Amino acid sequence: MSSFIAIIFIGVAVSFILGIKLLGSPKTARLGNLVAAFGMLVALITTVPLMRVESWNLNCTLIVVGTLLGLGIGAVGAYSVKMTAMPQMVALFNGVGGGAAALVASLEFLKRANSFEGITTFFAVTMLFATLIGSLSFSGSLIAFAKLEGYLEKPHTFPGQNILNGLILAVILGLCVYLGGWATTNTTAFIVLFSLALVFGVAMVMPIGGADMPVVISLLNSFTGLAVAADGFTINNLSMIVAGTLVGSSGTLLTLLMCKAMNRPVTNVLFGAFGSSGGGGKAGASDLGGKTVKPIQADEAALLLGYAQQVVIVPGYGMAVAQAQHQVRELSDELGKRGVEVRFAIHPVAGRMPGHMNVLLAEANVPYDQLCEMEAINPTMDRVDVCLVIGANDVVNPAAREDKSSPIYGMPIIEADRAKTVIVMKRSMAAGFAGIENLLFYKDNTRMLFGDAKASLQTLIAQLKAS
Amino acid sequence: MSTEILVFFIFVLAIFLGFELISRVPSMLHTPLMSGTNAIHGIILLGGMLVLAAADGTLTRALGFVAVVFGSANVFGGFMVTDRMLQMFKKKKK
Repeated sequence: MSSFIAIIFIGVAVSFILGIKLLGSPKTARLGNLVAAFGMLVALITTVPLMRVESWNLNCTLIVVGTLLGLGIGAVGAYSVKMTAMPQMVALFNGVGGGAAALVASLEFLKRANSFEGITTFFAVTMLFATLIGSLSFSGSLIAFAKLEGYLEKPHTFPGQNILNGLILAVILGLCVYLGGWATTNTTAFIVLFSLALVFGVAMVMPIGGADMPVVISLLNSFTGLAVAADGFTINNLSMIVAGTLVGSSGTLLTLLMCKAMNRPVTNVLFGAFGSSGGGGKAGASDLGGKTVKPIQADEAALLLGYAQQVVIVPGYGMAVAQAQHQVRELSDELGKRGVEVRFAIHPVAGRMPGHMNVLLAEANVPYDQLCEMEAINPTMDRVDVCLVIGANDVVNPAAREDKSSPIYGMPIIEADRAKTVIVMKRSMAAGFAGIENLLFYKDNTRMLFGDAKASLQTLIAQLKAS
Repeated sequence: MSTEILVFFIFVLAIFLGFELISRVPSMLHTPLMSGTNAIHGIILLGGMLVLAAADGTLTRALGFVAVVFGSANVFGGFMVTDRMLQMFKKKKK
Protein backbone atom coordinates (compact mmCIF):
# COMPACT_ATOMS: atom_id res chain seq x y z
CA MET A 1 0.00 0.00 0.00
CA SER A 2 1.46 3.33 -1.00
CA SER A 3 1.57 6.04 1.63
CA PHE A 4 -0.86 8.14 -0.36
CA ILE A 5 -3.50 5.42 -0.15
CA ALA A 6 -2.64 4.88 3.51
CA ILE A 7 -3.34 8.55 4.23
CA ILE A 8 -6.69 8.35 2.49
CA PHE A 9 -7.55 5.30 4.58
CA ILE A 10 -6.74 7.28 7.73
CA GLY A 11 -9.27 9.85 6.55
CA VAL A 12 -11.77 7.05 5.99
CA ALA A 13 -11.24 5.76 9.54
CA VAL A 14 -11.74 9.29 10.90
CA SER A 15 -14.99 9.62 8.95
CA PHE A 16 -16.30 6.41 10.54
CA ILE A 17 -15.31 7.57 14.03
CA LEU A 18 -16.92 10.98 13.47
CA GLY A 19 -19.94 9.30 11.92
CA ILE A 20 -20.56 7.08 14.95
CA LYS A 21 -19.96 10.04 17.25
CA LEU A 22 -22.48 12.23 15.38
CA LEU A 23 -24.98 9.36 15.31
CA GLY A 24 -25.07 9.65 19.09
CA SER A 25 -27.06 12.87 19.19
CA PRO A 26 -30.52 13.44 17.67
CA LYS A 27 -29.56 16.73 16.03
CA THR A 28 -26.50 15.45 14.23
CA ALA A 29 -27.46 11.80 13.69
CA ARG A 30 -28.39 12.12 10.04
CA LEU A 31 -25.24 14.06 9.26
CA GLY A 32 -23.26 11.35 11.06
CA ASN A 33 -24.69 8.67 8.83
CA LEU A 34 -23.87 10.72 5.74
CA VAL A 35 -20.31 11.36 6.96
CA ALA A 36 -19.77 7.62 7.43
CA ALA A 37 -21.36 6.89 4.04
CA PHE A 38 -19.08 9.43 2.36
CA GLY A 39 -16.05 7.83 4.01
CA MET A 40 -17.23 4.47 2.72
CA LEU A 41 -17.50 5.79 -0.83
CA VAL A 42 -13.96 7.15 -0.63
CA ALA A 43 -12.76 3.79 0.73
CA LEU A 44 -14.39 1.95 -2.18
CA ILE A 45 -12.87 4.23 -4.79
CA THR A 46 -9.46 4.02 -3.15
CA THR A 47 -9.64 0.23 -3.31
CA VAL A 48 -9.70 0.23 -7.11
CA PRO A 49 -5.93 0.80 -7.55
CA LEU A 50 -5.30 -1.81 -4.83
CA MET A 51 -6.87 -4.50 -6.99
CA ARG A 52 -3.86 -4.48 -9.32
CA VAL A 53 -5.61 -5.31 -12.56
CA GLU A 54 -3.71 -4.36 -15.67
CA SER A 55 -6.61 -4.45 -18.06
CA TRP A 56 -10.34 -4.97 -17.94
CA ASN A 57 -11.17 -8.64 -17.41
CA LEU A 58 -14.02 -10.90 -16.39
CA ASN A 59 -13.37 -10.24 -12.71
CA CYS A 60 -13.83 -6.50 -13.26
CA THR A 61 -17.15 -7.07 -14.96
CA LEU A 62 -18.23 -9.34 -12.11
CA ILE A 63 -17.23 -6.75 -9.52
CA VAL A 64 -19.22 -4.01 -11.24
CA VAL A 65 -22.25 -6.24 -11.84
CA GLY A 66 -22.10 -7.63 -8.30
CA THR A 67 -21.83 -4.20 -6.72
CA LEU A 68 -24.73 -2.84 -8.77
CA LEU A 69 -26.82 -5.91 -7.98
CA GLY A 70 -26.13 -5.49 -4.26
CA LEU A 71 -26.90 -1.78 -4.55
CA GLY A 72 -30.24 -2.61 -6.18
CA ILE A 73 -31.15 -5.21 -3.57
CA GLY A 74 -30.10 -2.87 -0.77
CA ALA A 75 -32.03 0.09 -2.16
CA VAL A 76 -35.23 -1.88 -2.75
CA GLY A 77 -34.95 -3.40 0.73
CA ALA A 78 -34.19 -0.11 2.43
CA TYR A 79 -36.89 1.95 0.75
CA SER A 80 -39.70 -0.57 0.52
CA VAL A 81 -39.54 -1.85 4.08
CA LYS A 82 -42.22 -0.64 6.47
CA MET A 83 -40.96 1.25 9.49
CA THR A 84 -42.33 -1.49 11.73
CA ALA A 85 -40.24 -4.10 9.92
CA MET A 86 -37.01 -2.14 10.36
CA PRO A 87 -35.43 -4.59 12.83
CA GLN A 88 -35.79 -7.45 10.35
CA MET A 89 -34.15 -5.39 7.64
CA VAL A 90 -31.17 -4.61 9.86
CA ALA A 91 -30.92 -8.32 10.67
CA LEU A 92 -30.92 -9.18 6.98
CA PHE A 93 -28.28 -6.60 6.02
CA ASN A 94 -26.18 -7.75 8.94
CA GLY A 95 -26.55 -11.36 7.84
CA VAL A 96 -25.35 -10.79 4.29
CA GLY A 97 -22.44 -8.75 5.68
CA GLY A 98 -21.49 -11.73 7.84
CA GLY A 99 -21.80 -14.03 4.85
CA ALA A 100 -19.51 -11.80 2.83
CA ALA A 101 -16.98 -11.76 5.66
CA ALA A 102 -16.95 -15.57 5.80
CA LEU A 103 -16.59 -15.85 2.01
CA VAL A 104 -13.71 -13.38 1.85
CA ALA A 105 -11.82 -15.33 4.50
CA SER A 106 -12.57 -18.65 2.78
CA LEU A 107 -11.41 -17.41 -0.61
CA GLU A 108 -8.19 -16.14 0.86
CA PHE A 109 -7.68 -19.55 2.46
CA LEU A 110 -8.39 -21.40 -0.81
CA LYS A 111 -6.00 -19.10 -2.65
CA ARG A 112 -3.21 -19.77 -0.20
CA ALA A 113 -3.98 -23.48 -0.07
CA ASN A 114 -3.70 -23.81 -3.84
CA SER A 115 -0.68 -21.61 -4.36
CA PHE A 116 1.74 -23.59 -2.14
CA GLU A 117 2.39 -20.25 -0.51
CA GLY A 118 1.49 -21.98 2.73
CA ILE A 119 -0.12 -20.33 5.70
CA THR A 120 1.22 -18.97 8.94
CA THR A 121 -0.46 -19.54 12.28
CA PHE A 122 -1.31 -15.84 12.50
CA PHE A 123 -3.02 -15.99 9.12
CA ALA A 124 -4.83 -19.20 10.08
CA VAL A 125 -6.14 -17.76 13.34
CA THR A 126 -7.56 -14.58 11.82
CA MET A 127 -8.90 -16.40 8.78
CA LEU A 128 -10.61 -19.07 10.89
CA PHE A 129 -12.07 -16.44 13.19
CA ALA A 130 -13.53 -14.50 10.27
CA THR A 131 -14.96 -17.65 8.67
CA LEU A 132 -16.44 -18.95 11.87
CA ILE A 133 -17.96 -15.74 13.19
CA GLY A 134 -19.01 -14.55 9.74
CA SER A 135 -20.94 -17.68 8.83
CA LEU A 136 -22.44 -17.95 12.30
CA SER A 137 -23.63 -14.36 11.97
CA PHE A 138 -25.03 -15.10 8.52
CA SER A 139 -27.20 -18.06 9.49
CA GLY A 140 -28.05 -16.60 12.90
CA SER A 141 -29.26 -13.35 11.35
CA LEU A 142 -31.42 -15.20 8.84
CA ILE A 143 -33.10 -17.06 11.70
CA ALA A 144 -33.54 -13.78 13.59
CA PHE A 145 -35.10 -12.32 10.45
CA ALA A 146 -37.46 -15.29 10.09
CA LYS A 147 -38.46 -15.03 13.73
CA LEU A 148 -39.25 -11.34 13.53
CA GLU A 149 -41.20 -11.88 10.32
CA GLY A 150 -43.25 -14.42 12.22
CA TYR A 151 -42.19 -17.49 10.24
CA LEU A 152 -40.71 -19.14 13.30
CA GLU A 153 -42.59 -17.53 16.09
CA LYS A 154 -42.21 -20.14 18.78
CA PRO A 155 -38.82 -20.79 20.31
CA HIS A 156 -37.64 -24.25 19.37
CA THR A 157 -36.24 -26.24 22.23
CA PHE A 158 -35.75 -29.90 22.89
CA PRO A 159 -34.13 -31.81 25.73
CA GLY A 160 -30.38 -31.86 25.52
CA GLN A 161 -30.26 -28.92 23.17
CA ASN A 162 -27.55 -27.15 25.10
CA ILE A 163 -25.55 -30.37 25.13
CA LEU A 164 -25.89 -30.75 21.36
CA ASN A 165 -24.89 -27.13 20.85
CA GLY A 166 -21.94 -27.73 23.16
CA LEU A 167 -20.93 -30.75 21.07
CA ILE A 168 -21.10 -28.79 17.81
CA LEU A 169 -19.06 -26.05 19.40
CA ALA A 170 -16.51 -28.58 20.65
CA VAL A 171 -16.10 -30.05 17.14
CA ILE A 172 -15.75 -26.54 15.70
CA LEU A 173 -13.08 -25.64 18.24
CA GLY A 174 -11.30 -28.93 17.62
CA LEU A 175 -11.21 -28.24 13.88
CA CYS A 176 -9.95 -24.72 14.58
CA VAL A 177 -7.12 -26.04 16.71
CA TYR A 178 -6.28 -28.57 13.99
CA LEU A 179 -6.38 -26.08 11.13
CA GLY A 180 -4.80 -23.23 13.05
CA GLY A 181 -2.34 -25.02 15.27
CA TRP A 182 -0.86 -27.07 12.46
CA ALA A 183 -1.40 -24.31 9.91
CA THR A 184 -2.54 -26.92 7.42
CA THR A 185 -4.36 -26.37 4.17
CA ASN A 186 -6.74 -29.29 4.55
CA THR A 187 -9.70 -28.10 2.45
CA THR A 188 -12.09 -30.82 3.59
CA ALA A 189 -11.62 -29.93 7.24
CA PHE A 190 -12.18 -26.32 6.31
CA ILE A 191 -15.45 -27.02 4.50
CA VAL A 192 -16.70 -29.07 7.47
CA LEU A 193 -15.83 -26.17 9.74
CA PHE A 194 -17.67 -23.69 7.52
CA SER A 195 -20.82 -25.85 7.43
CA LEU A 196 -20.76 -26.51 11.17
CA ALA A 197 -20.48 -22.78 11.84
CA LEU A 198 -23.61 -22.23 9.75
CA VAL A 199 -25.41 -24.96 11.69
CA PHE A 200 -24.24 -23.48 14.97
CA GLY A 201 -25.65 -20.05 14.03
CA VAL A 202 -29.06 -21.66 13.50
CA ALA A 203 -28.80 -23.76 16.66
CA MET A 204 -27.78 -20.73 18.70
CA VAL A 205 -30.67 -18.47 17.67
CA MET A 206 -33.41 -21.12 17.29
CA PRO A 207 -34.14 -21.55 21.02
CA ILE A 208 -34.23 -17.81 21.73
CA GLY A 209 -37.66 -16.20 21.96
CA GLY A 210 -38.79 -13.35 19.75
CA ALA A 211 -38.63 -10.86 22.63
CA ASP A 212 -34.89 -11.29 22.82
CA MET A 213 -34.27 -10.78 19.11
CA PRO A 214 -33.06 -7.17 19.56
CA VAL A 215 -30.28 -8.43 21.79
CA VAL A 216 -29.48 -11.18 19.32
CA ILE A 217 -29.35 -8.81 16.35
CA SER A 218 -27.17 -6.38 18.24
CA LEU A 219 -24.85 -9.20 19.25
CA LEU A 220 -24.66 -10.60 15.72
CA ASN A 221 -24.02 -7.06 14.46
CA SER A 222 -20.96 -6.82 16.67
CA PHE A 223 -19.96 -10.36 15.61
CA THR A 224 -20.00 -9.34 11.96
CA GLY A 225 -17.89 -6.31 12.88
CA LEU A 226 -15.30 -8.56 14.51
CA ALA A 227 -15.37 -10.94 11.54
CA VAL A 228 -14.70 -8.01 9.22
CA ALA A 229 -11.83 -6.88 11.45
CA ALA A 230 -10.36 -10.39 11.32
CA ASP A 231 -10.73 -10.29 7.53
CA GLY A 232 -8.76 -7.05 7.63
CA PHE A 233 -5.91 -8.93 9.29
CA THR A 234 -6.26 -11.80 6.83
CA ILE A 235 -6.05 -9.73 3.67
CA ASN A 236 -3.96 -7.02 5.29
CA ASN A 237 -6.35 -4.10 4.98
CA LEU A 238 -6.13 -1.53 7.76
CA SER A 239 -9.42 0.26 7.08
CA MET A 240 -11.29 -3.01 7.42
CA ILE A 241 -9.56 -3.67 10.73
CA VAL A 242 -10.46 -0.25 12.11
CA ALA A 243 -14.06 -0.19 10.83
CA GLY A 244 -14.75 -3.77 11.89
CA THR A 245 -13.27 -3.28 15.33
CA LEU A 246 -15.23 -0.08 15.96
CA VAL A 247 -18.45 -1.90 15.09
CA GLY A 248 -17.41 -4.93 17.13
CA SER A 249 -16.72 -3.03 20.33
CA SER A 250 -19.55 -0.51 20.08
CA GLY A 251 -21.96 -3.33 19.20
CA THR A 252 -20.82 -5.37 22.20
CA LEU A 253 -21.42 -2.42 24.50
CA LEU A 254 -24.85 -1.78 22.95
CA THR A 255 -25.73 -5.44 23.52
CA LEU A 256 -24.71 -5.20 27.17
CA LEU A 257 -26.72 -1.98 27.61
CA MET A 258 -29.78 -3.73 26.21
CA CYS A 259 -29.36 -6.70 28.51
CA LYS A 260 -28.95 -4.32 31.43
CA ALA A 261 -32.25 -2.65 30.56
CA MET A 262 -33.91 -6.07 30.76
CA ASN A 263 -32.01 -6.94 33.91
CA ARG A 264 -30.69 -10.16 32.45
CA PRO A 265 -27.13 -11.23 31.95
CA VAL A 266 -26.26 -11.83 28.31
CA THR A 267 -25.54 -15.51 29.01
CA ASN A 268 -29.12 -15.91 30.19
CA VAL A 269 -30.46 -14.52 26.90
CA LEU A 270 -28.28 -16.82 24.83
CA PHE A 271 -28.49 -20.06 26.77
CA GLY A 272 -31.52 -19.72 29.03
CA ALA A 273 -34.18 -20.38 26.34
CA PHE A 274 -36.34 -18.16 28.51
CA GLY A 275 -39.86 -17.48 27.32
CA SER A 276 -40.19 -20.94 25.90
CA SER A 277 -41.03 -22.98 28.97
CA GLY A 278 -44.32 -21.28 29.79
CA GLY A 279 -43.80 -22.46 33.36
CA GLY A 280 -43.51 -18.92 34.67
CA GLY A 281 -46.89 -18.03 33.25
CA LYS A 282 -48.66 -20.82 35.09
CA ALA A 283 -46.97 -20.00 38.36
CA GLY A 284 -47.95 -16.35 38.00
CA ALA A 285 -51.57 -17.13 37.16
CA SER A 286 -52.17 -19.11 40.33
CA ASP A 287 -51.23 -16.11 42.45
CA LEU A 288 -53.99 -13.96 41.05
CA GLY A 289 -56.51 -15.34 43.51
CA GLY A 290 -59.55 -15.25 41.26
CA LYS A 291 -59.18 -11.58 40.40
CA THR A 292 -60.82 -10.52 37.19
CA VAL A 293 -60.10 -7.77 34.73
CA LYS A 294 -62.45 -4.81 34.32
CA PRO A 295 -63.25 -3.94 30.73
CA ILE A 296 -64.04 -0.40 29.61
CA GLN A 297 -65.84 0.94 26.54
CA ALA A 298 -64.32 3.49 24.20
CA ASP A 299 -66.75 6.30 25.10
CA GLU A 300 -65.95 6.03 28.79
CA ALA A 301 -62.24 5.88 28.04
CA ALA A 302 -62.55 9.01 25.89
CA LEU A 303 -64.26 10.77 28.77
CA LEU A 304 -61.51 9.82 31.21
CA LEU A 305 -58.83 11.00 28.80
CA GLY A 306 -60.60 14.20 27.82
CA TYR A 307 -60.99 15.40 31.40
CA ALA A 308 -57.54 14.39 32.61
CA GLN A 309 -54.80 16.90 33.26
CA GLN A 310 -51.86 14.62 32.75
CA VAL A 311 -51.82 11.65 30.41
CA VAL A 312 -48.92 9.30 29.85
CA ILE A 313 -48.95 7.01 26.81
CA VAL A 314 -46.91 3.82 26.98
CA PRO A 315 -46.46 2.37 23.49
CA GLY A 316 -45.29 -1.19 22.88
CA TYR A 317 -44.93 -3.74 20.14
CA GLY A 318 -48.73 -3.96 19.81
CA MET A 319 -48.71 -0.40 18.47
CA ALA A 320 -46.13 -1.38 15.88
CA VAL A 321 -48.10 -4.44 14.80
CA ALA A 322 -51.34 -2.46 14.49
CA GLN A 323 -49.46 0.30 12.60
CA ALA A 324 -51.21 2.66 14.98
CA GLN A 325 -48.49 5.29 15.47
CA HIS A 326 -50.32 7.90 13.36
CA GLN A 327 -53.53 7.43 15.33
CA VAL A 328 -51.52 7.72 18.53
CA ARG A 329 -50.18 11.08 17.37
CA GLU A 330 -53.65 12.21 16.37
CA LEU A 331 -55.01 11.28 19.78
CA SER A 332 -52.18 13.11 21.52
CA ASP A 333 -52.81 16.21 19.36
CA GLU A 334 -56.52 16.09 20.08
CA LEU A 335 -55.84 15.85 23.83
CA GLY A 336 -53.26 18.63 23.54
CA LYS A 337 -55.91 20.92 22.01
CA ARG A 338 -58.04 20.34 25.09
CA GLY A 339 -55.20 21.41 27.36
CA VAL A 340 -54.26 17.90 28.48
CA GLU A 341 -50.55 17.46 29.07
CA VAL A 342 -49.51 14.37 27.09
CA ARG A 343 -46.20 12.59 27.45
CA PHE A 344 -44.91 9.33 26.00
CA ALA A 345 -43.07 6.90 28.25
CA ILE A 346 -40.53 4.94 26.27
CA HIS A 347 -39.14 1.80 27.82
CA PRO A 348 -35.63 1.10 26.57
CA VAL A 349 -36.60 -2.33 25.26
CA ALA A 350 -40.18 -1.68 24.19
CA GLY A 351 -40.81 -3.14 20.76
CA ARG A 352 -38.27 -5.28 19.06
CA MET A 353 -35.21 -3.03 19.15
CA PRO A 354 -33.98 -0.32 21.48
CA GLY A 355 -35.41 2.92 20.18
CA HIS A 356 -37.97 1.07 18.04
CA MET A 357 -40.79 3.13 19.54
CA ASN A 358 -38.87 6.36 19.03
CA VAL A 359 -38.46 5.59 15.36
CA LEU A 360 -42.16 4.81 14.93
CA LEU A 361 -43.34 7.87 16.84
CA ALA A 362 -40.86 10.02 14.95
CA GLU A 363 -42.37 8.68 11.74
CA ALA A 364 -45.75 9.92 12.98
CA ASN A 365 -44.25 13.37 13.78
CA VAL A 366 -44.50 13.20 17.56
CA PRO A 367 -42.13 15.92 18.85
CA TYR A 368 -39.05 14.71 20.78
CA ASP A 369 -39.81 16.71 23.89
CA GLN A 370 -42.93 14.61 24.44
CA LEU A 371 -40.87 11.42 24.46
CA CYS A 372 -39.64 10.66 27.97
CA GLU A 373 -37.31 7.94 29.08
CA MET A 374 -38.35 5.51 31.76
CA GLU A 375 -36.13 7.06 34.47
CA ALA A 376 -37.65 10.50 33.86
CA ILE A 377 -41.27 9.41 33.89
CA ASN A 378 -41.39 7.01 36.85
CA PRO A 379 -40.90 9.60 39.64
CA THR A 380 -43.83 11.60 38.25
CA MET A 381 -46.17 8.65 37.82
CA ASP A 382 -48.20 9.33 41.01
CA ARG A 383 -49.43 12.64 39.59
CA VAL A 384 -50.59 11.13 36.31
CA ASP A 385 -54.35 10.94 35.85
CA VAL A 386 -54.53 8.45 33.03
CA CYS A 387 -51.83 6.11 31.81
CA LEU A 388 -52.73 4.71 28.40
CA VAL A 389 -50.89 1.48 27.62
CA ILE A 390 -51.00 0.73 23.90
CA GLY A 391 -49.80 -2.74 23.04
CA ALA A 392 -47.12 -2.82 25.73
CA ASN A 393 -47.08 -5.72 28.12
CA ASP A 394 -43.97 -7.00 29.86
CA VAL A 395 -42.45 -3.51 30.23
CA VAL A 396 -45.35 -2.40 32.45
CA ASN A 397 -45.76 -5.63 34.41
CA PRO A 398 -45.57 -4.88 38.15
CA ALA A 399 -44.50 -8.49 38.70
CA ALA A 400 -41.02 -7.21 37.98
CA ARG A 401 -41.30 -5.29 41.26
CA GLU A 402 -43.61 -7.46 43.36
CA ASP A 403 -43.29 -11.10 42.45
CA LYS A 404 -39.94 -12.59 43.39
CA SER A 405 -40.73 -15.85 41.61
CA SER A 406 -41.39 -14.11 38.28
CA PRO A 407 -38.76 -14.58 35.60
CA ILE A 408 -38.78 -10.84 34.95
CA TYR A 409 -38.35 -9.95 38.65
CA GLY A 410 -35.92 -7.06 38.97
CA MET A 411 -36.35 -5.77 35.42
CA PRO A 412 -36.83 -2.01 35.42
CA ILE A 413 -40.37 -1.22 34.27
CA ILE A 414 -42.52 1.80 33.57
CA GLU A 415 -44.60 2.00 36.73
CA ALA A 416 -47.91 2.47 34.96
CA ASP A 417 -49.86 0.99 37.86
CA ARG A 418 -49.06 4.04 40.01
CA ALA A 419 -51.16 6.33 37.81
CA LYS A 420 -54.69 7.13 39.07
CA THR A 421 -56.26 5.19 36.22
CA VAL A 422 -54.62 2.84 33.78
CA ILE A 423 -56.26 2.06 30.45
CA VAL A 424 -54.74 -0.93 28.69
CA MET A 425 -55.46 -1.33 24.99
CA LYS A 426 -55.02 -4.92 24.01
CA ARG A 427 -56.34 -7.39 21.49
CA SER A 428 -56.84 -10.25 23.91
CA MET A 429 -55.65 -11.53 27.27
CA ALA A 430 -52.72 -13.32 25.65
CA ALA A 431 -49.43 -13.07 27.53
CA GLY A 432 -46.61 -10.87 26.31
CA PHE A 433 -43.44 -12.09 24.70
CA ALA A 434 -41.96 -13.16 28.01
CA GLY A 435 -44.92 -15.56 28.21
CA ILE A 436 -46.01 -14.49 31.68
CA GLU A 437 -49.23 -13.17 33.16
CA ASN A 438 -49.40 -9.40 33.62
CA LEU A 439 -50.44 -8.40 37.14
CA LEU A 440 -51.20 -4.88 35.92
CA PHE A 441 -54.35 -6.07 34.16
CA TYR A 442 -55.82 -7.24 37.45
CA LYS A 443 -55.17 -4.07 39.47
CA ASP A 444 -58.15 -2.15 40.86
CA ASN A 445 -57.28 1.00 38.93
CA THR A 446 -56.84 -0.78 35.60
CA ARG A 447 -59.44 -0.84 32.80
CA MET A 448 -59.05 -3.03 29.73
CA LEU A 449 -60.03 -1.63 26.33
CA PHE A 450 -60.13 -4.72 24.13
CA GLY A 451 -59.77 -4.58 20.36
CA ASP A 452 -57.32 -3.72 17.63
CA ALA A 453 -55.26 -0.73 18.76
CA LYS A 454 -55.78 1.20 15.53
CA ALA A 455 -59.56 0.75 15.50
CA SER A 456 -59.86 1.56 19.22
CA LEU A 457 -57.80 4.70 18.80
CA GLN A 458 -59.93 5.84 15.88
CA THR A 459 -63.05 5.41 18.00
CA LEU A 460 -61.41 7.33 20.86
CA ILE A 461 -60.44 10.19 18.55
CA ALA A 462 -63.94 10.34 17.06
CA GLN A 463 -65.47 10.40 20.54
CA LEU A 464 -63.15 13.17 21.67
CA LYS A 465 -63.87 15.27 18.60
CA ALA A 466 -67.62 14.83 19.07
CA SER A 467 -67.67 15.84 22.73
CA MET B 1 8.50 -2.74 16.07
CA SER B 2 7.11 -5.13 13.47
CA THR B 3 4.13 -4.25 11.30
CA GLU B 4 2.00 -6.93 12.95
CA ILE B 5 2.49 -5.41 16.37
CA LEU B 6 1.73 -1.95 15.04
CA VAL B 7 -1.49 -3.16 13.45
CA PHE B 8 -2.41 -4.97 16.64
CA PHE B 9 -1.79 -1.74 18.54
CA ILE B 10 -4.27 0.08 16.29
CA PHE B 11 -6.73 -2.78 16.75
CA VAL B 12 -6.61 -2.46 20.55
CA LEU B 13 -7.01 1.32 20.39
CA ALA B 14 -10.02 0.88 18.08
CA ILE B 15 -11.67 -1.44 20.62
CA PHE B 16 -11.50 1.22 23.32
CA LEU B 17 -12.56 3.95 20.93
CA GLY B 18 -15.66 1.94 20.02
CA PHE B 19 -16.60 1.61 23.67
CA GLU B 20 -16.10 5.32 24.34
CA LEU B 21 -18.03 6.45 21.29
CA ILE B 22 -21.20 4.63 22.20
CA SER B 23 -21.34 5.05 25.96
CA ARG B 24 -23.00 8.47 25.74
CA VAL B 25 -25.82 7.69 23.35
CA PRO B 26 -29.48 8.17 24.41
CA SER B 27 -31.50 4.97 24.08
CA MET B 28 -33.82 6.55 21.49
CA LEU B 29 -30.94 6.49 19.03
CA HIS B 30 -29.94 2.90 19.65
CA THR B 31 -31.81 1.54 16.63
CA PRO B 32 -30.33 4.04 14.14
CA LEU B 33 -26.94 3.51 15.75
CA MET B 34 -27.17 -0.24 15.38
CA SER B 35 -28.25 0.24 11.80
CA GLY B 36 -25.48 2.77 11.13
CA THR B 37 -22.72 0.59 12.54
CA ASN B 38 -24.25 -2.28 10.60
CA ALA B 39 -23.62 -0.27 7.44
CA ILE B 40 -20.05 0.49 8.49
CA HIS B 41 -19.12 -3.18 8.66
CA GLY B 42 -20.32 -3.26 5.05
CA ILE B 43 -16.74 -2.22 4.34
CA ILE B 44 -16.41 -5.97 3.77
CA LEU B 45 -17.44 -5.09 0.20
CA LEU B 46 -13.91 -3.81 -0.15
CA GLY B 47 -12.56 -7.21 0.85
CA GLY B 48 -14.97 -8.87 -1.56
CA MET B 49 -13.72 -6.67 -4.41
CA LEU B 50 -10.11 -7.50 -3.60
CA VAL B 51 -10.60 -11.27 -3.47
CA LEU B 52 -12.76 -11.29 -6.58
CA ALA B 53 -10.14 -9.28 -8.47
CA ALA B 54 -7.63 -12.01 -7.61
CA ALA B 55 -9.97 -14.91 -8.43
CA ASP B 56 -8.76 -17.35 -11.10
CA GLY B 57 -11.25 -20.20 -11.23
CA THR B 58 -14.98 -20.73 -11.64
CA LEU B 59 -15.52 -21.60 -7.98
CA THR B 60 -13.52 -18.70 -6.61
CA ARG B 61 -15.21 -16.33 -9.07
CA ALA B 62 -18.66 -17.54 -8.07
CA LEU B 63 -17.93 -17.26 -4.35
CA GLY B 64 -16.24 -13.89 -4.81
CA PHE B 65 -19.21 -12.65 -6.79
CA VAL B 66 -21.58 -13.69 -3.98
CA ALA B 67 -19.31 -11.93 -1.47
CA VAL B 68 -19.44 -8.72 -3.52
CA VAL B 69 -23.25 -8.85 -3.86
CA PHE B 70 -23.63 -9.52 -0.12
CA GLY B 71 -21.16 -6.82 0.87
CA SER B 72 -22.73 -4.32 -1.50
CA ALA B 73 -26.24 -5.02 -0.19
CA ASN B 74 -24.93 -4.63 3.37
CA VAL B 75 -23.20 -1.31 2.78
CA PHE B 76 -25.69 0.45 0.49
CA GLY B 77 -28.82 -0.96 2.10
CA GLY B 78 -27.40 -0.24 5.55
CA PHE B 79 -26.71 3.42 4.92
CA MET B 80 -29.99 3.97 3.09
CA VAL B 81 -32.13 2.34 5.74
CA THR B 82 -30.36 4.34 8.46
CA ASP B 83 -30.89 7.56 6.54
CA ARG B 84 -34.55 6.73 6.13
CA MET B 85 -34.92 6.21 9.88
CA LEU B 86 -33.11 9.42 10.71
CA GLN B 87 -34.99 11.46 8.15
CA MET B 88 -38.03 10.98 10.32
CA PHE B 89 -36.30 12.29 13.37
CA LYS B 90 -35.37 15.42 11.51
CA LYS B 91 -38.64 16.16 9.72
CA LYS B 92 -40.68 16.98 12.75
CA LYS B 93 -38.31 19.65 14.08
CA LYS B 94 -40.35 22.79 13.94
